[in-house]
Amino acid sequence: MARRYDSRTTIFSPEGKLYQVEYAMEAISHAGTVLGLLAKDGVVLAAEKKVTGKLLDLSATKEGGYGGSGEKIFLLSSNVIGGLAGLTADANSLVNFARTAAQQHLLAYDEEIPVELLAQRLCDMKQGYTQFGGLRPFGVSLLYAGYDPHYQFQLYRSDPSGNYSGWKATCIGANNGTAQSLLKQEYKDDIEVKDAIGLALRTMSKTMDSTTLGSEKLEFAVLTLDPVTKQPKAKIYRPAEIDALLEKEGLAKKDDDTEMKP
Amino acid sequence: METSFGITGKGYVIIAADTTSARSIIKMKTDEDKIKTLSPHLLMAYSGEPGDTVQFAEFVERNIRLYQIRNLYALRPAAAAAWIRRALANSLRSRKPYGVNLLVGGYDTASTDPHLYWIDYFGAMTEVPFAAHGYGAYFALSLLDRYHDPEASLEEGLAVLRRCIDEVAKRLVIDPGKYKVKVVDKDGVREVEL
Repeated sequence: MARRYDSRTTIFSPEGKLYQVEYAMEAISHAGTVLGLLAKDGVVLAAEKKVTGKLLDLSATKEGGYGGSGEKIFLLSSNVIGGLAGLTADANSLVNFARTAAQQHLLAYDEEIPVELLAQRLCDMKQGYTQFGGLRPFGVSLLYAGYDPHYQFQLYRSDPSGNYSGWKATCIGANNGTAQSLLKQEYKDDIEVKDAIGLALRTMSKTMDSTTLGSEKLEFAVLTLDPVTKQPKAKIYRPAEIDALLEKEGLAKKDDDTEMKP
Repeated sequence: METSFGITGKGYVIIAADTTSARSIIKMKTDEDKIKTLSPHLLMAYSGEPGDTVQFAEFVERNIRLYQIRNLYALRPAAAAAWIRRALANSLRSRKPYGVNLLVGGYDTASTDPHLYWIDYFGAMTEVPFAAHGYGAYFALSLLDRYHDPEASLEEGLAVLRRCIDEVAKRLVIDPGKYKVKVVDKDGVREVEL
């Protein structure tokens, strides 16, 4: 029965479902995990990279740019970091759209786009694909970690249907149920960034398929306020910085795991 | 002989504008309100080409209101002023530009401080501690230079405004007459009697 209503994104099935949208969400539940944590003085994002391997050329991610290895975590605006789970190509297109929307707001109002407004902009477009059609909806869920003067630090999540909601701690992608129940147990309302970083990494290490964490499987970012300028400061970690952080938190992989090491 | 003033003080902005509506040498009306309340914490005084002024002010008023309805919270004064400035700058480059000068004053509830913006019909904008438009500006700005205090209480601010208004009435060929005075602070917008 489902078959007849499979191919149209905009037509309800007799059970009242939009199958293409549900399939898109299913695609995301197999994607790399992205986890967000809202702390008192910042927001933390951690993401699991899926495209890895010894032969993958990562030399470009070591320096230049603004950090990150360009698969899961992106700077959307100077006050918002986005963590994306789903089809990478779709995600790149959404990142481009988000950055354009953020700069358009800056041009029109001479202020950084409020975080919820940016989430709304993307969701308006995502919703359009479930009603006005197109070939398929975006197979991407996003976490928005941001700051604006209205509500200070915020964390939002959006899915392919165009729904969005605000969270204290949440997770999208593979094993998101496990991660969320772990976060539910561990999260405290007055958590600080330095503790949230540890909690994010520990939760990631428990939910990821691989037993050990390392920079080749992980992307990491923190948004805080600059103590001097009081402006939001987005830090997306470089591979070396991630390894140093894991070392500090006592979650680094043991040496005998890296077999090709000289 | 249109004149409008804006003065910031400790936690407030005063916006004042004369209430005369004139055409050529004829006074048509003496109780015209030339200050619009754009949002709970935002005021705008407008002057310039008759007709253009009300048309543009209502256009701004509706758009600021629309933003507030759509987005749950009002635009902050800086963002609203930037949007208004752009509307004027775009208008200047159209077939029929608006000839409107503005003073935008507001209280930023997010950063809890007052802001005042001086905007002219060329689309030039500056944030200032005090401002004036019209013929009154020629006399008042020097007075404000001397007597303005950013830490002044509301009473002191109103006293400086009264000094400006008296000077303009004394020196200008035609006295602009009565003024409407509005204040915006953390409690919102209210009208005050001088």
